[in-house]
Amino acid sequence: MIRVVDLVTHYGERRILNHVNLDIPAGETMVILGGSGTGKSTLLRHIMRLEFPTSGQIFIRNQEIFHMPEERFNLLRRKIGMLFQSGALFNSMSVEENVALPLRELTQLEDSTIRIMTRIKLDLVGLSGVENYMPAQLSGGMKKRAGLARALAMDPEILLFDEPSAGLDPITAAGIDSLILKLKLAFRMTILVVTHELASAFMIADRITVMEGGEVIATGTPEEIRNSQHPRVVQFLNRIPEGEHVDAQAYLRTLTRT
Amino acid sequence: MTGVLAFFGRNTLGFFRYLSGLYDLTAKAAYWTFVAPFQGRKVKWGNAIHQMVLAGVNSIPIVSLISLFIGIVMALQGAYQLEKFGASYYVTALVGVSMTRELGPLITAIVIAGRSGSAFAAELGTMKVSEEIDALEAMGLNSVRYLVVPKYLALLVMMPCLTLISDLAGILGGGIFVILQLDQTFRMFLTATRDSLVMRDITTGLIKSLVFGLIITKVGCYEGFSVEGGAEGVGKATTSSVVVSIFLIILADVIFTAIFYYTG
Repeated sequence: MIRVVDLVTHYGERRILNHVNLDIPAGETMVILGGSGTGKSTLLRHIMRLEFPTSGQIFIRNQEIFHMPEERFNLLRRKIGMLFQSGALFNSMSVEENVALPLRELTQLEDSTIRIMTRIKLDLVGLSGVENYMPAQLSGGMKKRAGLARALAMDPEILLFDEPSAGLDPITAAGIDSLILKLKLAFRMTILVVTHELASAFMIADRITVMEGGEVIATGTPEEIRNSQHPRVVQFLNRIPEGEHVDAQAYLRTLTRT
Repeated sequence: MTGVLAFFGRNTLGFFRYLSGLYDLTAKAAYWTFVAPFQGRKVKWGNAIHQMVLAGVNSIPIVSLISLFIGIVMALQGAYQLEKFGASYYVTALVGVSMTRELGPLITAIVIAGRSGSAFAAELGTMKVSEEIDALEAMGLNSVRYLVVPKYLALLVMMPCLTLISDLAGILGGGIFVILQLDQTFRMFLTATRDSLVMRDITTGLIKSLVFGLIITKVGCYEGFSVEGGAEGVGKATTSSVVVSIFLIILADVIFTAIFYYTG
C-alpha cells in the first residue's frame, strides 16, 4: 500500500533522512519507533507530500507521489487520513464543523447527510455530545479524538498518526491506543503510527520499524524487535541513557570556538 | 571591505527573494480568484464577506476619526501659511486635494496595515504553528484558496470604500476648522470643495488604495505562511508584516504618484 524507496532528505545542510526504505502492505499496522529528532515525523510528512525529499520515491497504491500533478494527488489524499500531533483542529470552527469540513468541501452531500455522518464519526471516537464545543474548550485527549474523527471523515484506506499519545496522561494515551486497535479490527485500514512510546508500540503494531539518526536500523514483528541484538535497539527498548564520553580536548574546543 | 560587500549582497538577495515569494503568492491568489471560478471551483464568498466585516466595516470608526483629525491639522497648517497671503479661502481646496490624492489612501493603508495586515500574519502564523495549514493541505484543500483569497477579496473591495470614507472625514475635518475659525459659511465650504476637486483626484487616490490593499494582504499572508518556531515566530512575523507593508506602501506611493504626475 505504501512503499518508501531510498528516501533522502535535508534541512539546509543537515541530513534528516538517510536512504530510508519501508514497505507497508495493505491492512497492516506499522509502528515507527524512535527517539526525538530521528526523522520519523519528517518521514510521515513526506508520505503526505507536505515536504519534498532531496532524492528517493514514495509509492502509494503503486503510484509515485512526488511527480504526480497536485490535482491527482489531492484525489489520492482523500483516501488518506492524518492525525497531527496536536490534533490540528481549526480553532475558529466548532468540533462538528471541523469534522464536517472535508465532507462539505470535497463531496456533494446534503447538509443533513453530512450532519449524520459527522455524528457517526464523533460517536466512533467516543465524542458524542461535544459537537458544538470549540477546540479551545476541549482537553488534549479530546482534541486528538476530534482530530481523528476528522481524519476518518472521508472513510480513508490509510491512516497516519503522528505521536498519538504525546502529551497525554497514561490512561488517556491507552484510550487512544485502544481506539487505534478498534479501527484496525473494524475497518482493516492500513495504519502507520509514529511514536516513541514503547508500550503503545507493542500493543498496536503488526510490525515495528526502529529509526535512529534518520536511518532504519531494524524492522520486524514486535517479537523480533524484542529479541533484536542491535545495540541501539536494545538501548532504546531498555531505556538506557546515552553514555558520557569524556574527551577533554574536544570539550575545550567547544568552549573556545568562536 | 569584503564584509561590507557581502552584507549588502546578502541583504539585496534576501530582499529579492522576499519579493519573489510575494510574487509567487500573488500569482497563486490571482489564479484562485480570477481563473479557478471559471473551472468550476468557486470562490468562498462566505469567508470573504466575513473578512470584509472584520477588516473593513470594523475599521470605519478608527479610519474616520484619524482622517478627521488629519483634516483639522492640515487646515491649521494650511491656514498658517495661506493667511500670510490673504488666501485662507484656499484652505478648503488644499485639504480636499491633499486628502483625495494622497492622505486619504495613505492613512487608510497605514491604519489597515496595522490593524488587518498584522491580524492576517498572526492568524496564519498561529495556524502554521499549530499544524492547521498542514491539516488543510493534508485534506487536499488548497490553503491559498481557503485562507488568502477571502482576505485578498476583502481588501480589494474594502480599501477603496474606506479610502472614500477617509477622504470625506478629512475634508469634513478641514471644514470644521474653516467654518469655526475662518468664518466661512457651510455653503462657501461646499462650493470651495466642489470647485477644487476634479474626478481625477479621487480616481488616482482609489487606484492607489487598491495597490495598497494588495500589498497589505500579500505581506500579511506571506509573513504568516513563513512563520517558524512557535509563538516567538508569530510575534516577529506580526511586527515585520506591519513594517514591511508600510515600507512597500510608501514605495508604491512614490512610484504611482510619479506616474500620475507625469501622465498629466
